[in-house]
Amino acid sequence: MKELSLNILDIAQNSVKAGADTVKIILNETAEILTIEIRDNGCGMKPDFLKSVSDPFTTTRTTRKVGLGIPLFKLASQQTGGDLKITSRHKDEFPDSHGTEVIASFYKNHLDFTPLGDIVSTVTVLIQGQPGIRWIFEHKTQKGSVKLDTDELKAVLGDVPLDTFEVIVWIGEYLKEQYLEAGQN
Amino acid sequence: MKSLAELAAIKEKMQNKVVLREGSSDVRVVVGMATCGIAAGARPVLNAFVEAVNGLELNDKVTVTQTGCIGICQYEPVVEIFEAGKEKVTYVKMTPEKAKEVAEKHLKGGNIIAEYTISNV
Repeated sequence: MKELSLNILDIAQNSVKAGADTVKIILNETAEILTIEIRDNGCGMKPDFLKSVSDPFTTTRTTRKVGLGIPLFKLASQQTGGDLKITSRHKDEFPDSHGTEVIASFYKNHLDFTPLGDIVSTVTVLIQGQPGIRWIFEHKTQKGSVKLDTDELKAVLGDVPLDTFEVIVWIGEYLKEQYLEAGQN
Repeated sequence: MKSLAELAAIKEKMQNKVVLREGSSDVRVVVGMATCGIAAGARPVLNAFVEAVNGLELNDKVTVTQTGCIGICQYEPVVEIFEAGKEKVTYVKMTPEKAKEVAEKHLKGGNIIAEYTISNV
């Protein structure tokens, strides 16, 4: 993956597949470290599956037996000296608090740090693809933060769908302006 | 600065159109967005389709959706076009430029671009 934002797009698809109705993507940045959290309230994973998800030979896809989403994201973090951690609670065991958190950290000054890239595009593509999910995005830096909660947009839009072209374009511009205000990207 | 008031204006404008649009799409453009597709460049391809479909005013006829792994990762980005009563068309190794062309010639013009399809690789 050429951009971490592409890894985020990929990992968030697992939350979609897990049947989550809320997915949070939280980026936290200091001068040295970028932390990326993807949190969902999907069905969660059982301990045995959770242990094996960093293994490329574990996958939920049915078209072949190899899954590289988590391994690639983990590699991207570890090659900077960071790490990736996953916690998960399966719905059978945690009927009221099921879900999964993927948390990856990156040392930004490391030679092998992959740039974040077009995160705005990742957010708009996720919303366009899954307008029924509540997407919460936040990117915190030392200068300020960029935020989006699709529930706030839905409250304004009423029965106009989130994936309406004009709305998706607006979301993209809304995020880009917030980045300008926050003095980055 | 963009505000939620601006979004409310979009809502006013769209409300009438939305009623028309429901259930009327008879062409589906499906972009493979699994790890393989994303790594190969599916995100800009998807965006190009969304923009082109709107630019060509095909919104009432065409919906652009995403799917997981289609199973032919070596040909990603893969785009499938489903049209009622017609055979599925599979475009492979797509780029935003090709996507724009497919939107113009195939989605609008009705002519399949054979050289971009899987039967031509």
